[in-house]
Amino acid sequence: MAAQWIRTAISSKITGARLYSSKVHKCTLIPGDGIGPEISIAVQKIFDAAKVPIEWESVDVTPVKGPDGRFGIPQAAIDSVNRNKIGLKGPLMTPIGKGHRSLNLALRKEFNLYANVRPCLSLEGYKTLYDNVDVVTIRENTEGEYSGIEHEIVEGVVQSIKLITEEASRRVAEFAFQYATDNNRKKVTAVHKANIMRMSDGLFLRCCREAAQKFPSVKFEERYLDTVCLNMVQDPSQYDVLVMPNLYGDILSDMCAGLVGGLGLTPSGNIGLNGALFESVHGTAPDIAGQDKANPTALLLSAVMMLKYMGLSSHAKIIEQSAYDTIKEAKYLTGDLGGTAKCSEYTGEICKKIAAQVK
Amino acid sequence: MALLARNICKALSQATQKNTVRALHVGTIRQQESSVEQEGKLKCTLIPGDGVGPELVVAVQNVFKAADVPVEFEPYFLSEVNPTLSAPLDQVSNSIARNRVCLKGILATPDHSMTGELQTLNMKLRKSLDLYSNVVHVKSLPGIRSRHQNVDCVIIREQTEGEYSALEHESVKGVVECLKIVTATKSQRIAKFAFDYAVKNNRKKVTCVHKANIMKLGDGLFLKSCQEIAKMYPRVTFETMIVDNCTMQMVSNPHQFDVMVMPNLYGNIVDNLASGLVGGAGVVAGASYSAECVVFEPGARHTYSEAVGKNVANPTAMLLCAVKLLNHANLKRYGEQIREALNRVLNDGKVLTKDLGGQSSTTEFTAAVINSLR
Repeated sequence: MAAQWIRTAISSKITGARLYSSKVHKCTLIPGDGIGPEISIAVQKIFDAAKVPIEWESVDVTPVKGPDGRFGIPQAAIDSVNRNKIGLKGPLMTPIGKGHRSLNLALRKEFNLYANVRPCLSLEGYKTLYDNVDVVTIRENTEGEYSGIEHEIVEGVVQSIKLITEEASRRVAEFAFQYATDNNRKKVTAVHKANIMRMSDGLFLRCCREAAQKFPSVKFEERYLDTVCLNMVQDPSQYDVLVMPNLYGDILSDMCAGLVGGLGLTPSGNIGLNGALFESVHGTAPDIAGQDKANPTALLLSAVMMLKYMGLSSHAKIIEQSAYDTIKEAKYLTGDLGGTAKCSEYTGEICKKIAAQVK
Repeated sequence: MALLARNICKALSQATQKNTVRALHVGTIRQQESSVEQEGKLKCTLIPGDGVGPELVVAVQNVFKAADVPVEFEPYFLSEVNPTLSAPLDQVSNSIARNRVCLKGILATPDHSMTGELQTLNMKLRKSLDLYSNVVHVKSLPGIRSRHQNVDCVIIREQTEGEYSALEHESVKGVVECLKIVTATKSQRIAKFAFDYAVKNNRKKVTCVHKANIMKLGDGLFLKSCQEIAKMYPRVTFETMIVDNCTMQMVSNPHQFDVMVMPNLYGNIVDNLASGLVGGAGVVAGASYSAECVVFEPGARHTYSEAVGKNVANPTAMLLCAVKLLNHANLKRYGEQIREALNRVLNDGKVLTKDLGGQSSTTEFTAAVINSLR
């Protein structure tokens, strides 16, 4: 039964993601910890207002002890994502030093989420020092510096292995070019440090070059990591889509988020072999949890990314524009953006704007 | 007399704290007679470097000549991309070891070496002289318009191990392993350097930048070493920050940072990022220290090779390196004289190079600095 389900899900994907729009699609929702539940409710409300044909399947990912004695994600949650192939996730708390792997990492492994996509766009109405940012960072998400292979050779000498494979590099490189093509982007920049790490980053770079040849319509350039850092803070407009190994992506994506106002405003999507998971990457903000003060923008924009990925572009556009307009008008801004509005007021305003467009 | 003062200065910087880690710095305090010639001229190794390096070095030499600075350069052309013209590495490192001071441009590091070697020439030079600590003082300059104002932080970077260990191999086809080495000894050494720097320069806070949440052992060891050393300096505030958060904070609120200490690659990233905040690679000076000698080089390492021969590069960073060199060599009078002249030109804003929004050439800018020497 389940196998049949999966087969239909896969075949429908092959025939074109647009098929989704004609029917109600199930989507896994992981509300997360701290402010997670309230911002998830905000997103659900907005989706209802926009009449998005999505049925949420809310799951809990609080770690449970598995048969092997280790703590991990509950099987029900894994099954849900595997079945639906798509999920939206709020912030998760990673308890430090509790003997189990970070849940984010576990989810990433479980669903083979190999590419992390983070668009950073300057929002009108929220002024930062930079007002011309429009970059997308695409980060290899399964290996590199975060391979987790480390050991202490002798006391006081630690060796961490950065693992770069041709397969993973090629996969993310090709994804980057495909993303650029699909989203009407003009240029892909490979960010590397092959002058220092000649073999590993060299391999990554070679895979990018090969991918570039398959997409002649997209411009390709190679830049050193340090050069990108230097130029990004001076003139971010010279970059478009950036593709890079794990650590560089981690650093650059957060830096770009810093340019446009922080993690509370930037969406994130993880594209994998067994599905895609969209998430807000900010913290759980336990200090304001439950007080109706949180800013749901990051999760909302992640959900919008999800809609675009599913081919529900018209809904995505309405929601996105309503959110941007609400921020631009600056009447209902949450505390982190310098306003005094509550999360529910901000959500209500977006819903009102959507309602005016959806009849 | 000058000698004495210099040695005391150096001794103070290295020996402010009496504790076990002091053993790391054996041999720091030594006589430096050899660096000063009979006629009182300071000998200094000069490596112009690749790209615009030679043009910038000429600018420094011209300013030195005009200010009548008692420094005699010992030039060596060292280059990885131009191996036939390059002086042998040991000859250059011997010269630096002898003179104790060096002014260096940036060496280009190609993605592939001619011999298939993994180590770059820069790494070799740093390893042979044990230039373990790179210090970049990022400070907003007067008259330079940029998005961020009043930035003032010091980035201290370990530069002999970490990701720049050049240990890589292809296990099977298409699978490459690259080793990042972190040792307790070197981590403690750089941490101690950072705290000593903070004490000596009246800085209030040291921030350790790491990624120990992911690289639990490697960066964990670095973090632990910093925490241990921090205990010995109760009057300096100690903070830790994860590197991705650090870059985000840097672009939104750089004023929270004071002294920062970090492993090799993160240093490279933060150096460049911070340089971008105050006007780019052309205006930030840096220095690499070993226990014995100092190499002064621009803080953000870019050869700017596309500008070679166009006479457009900004000599500010190199001039600031030279100023630092003079101050270090106890020729403060000349150093400050040049710094003031440079500040006057920047403040005036009439003669600026292209990177700062001006129209002037390298030579015009240099001439302006010379003209405002007083």
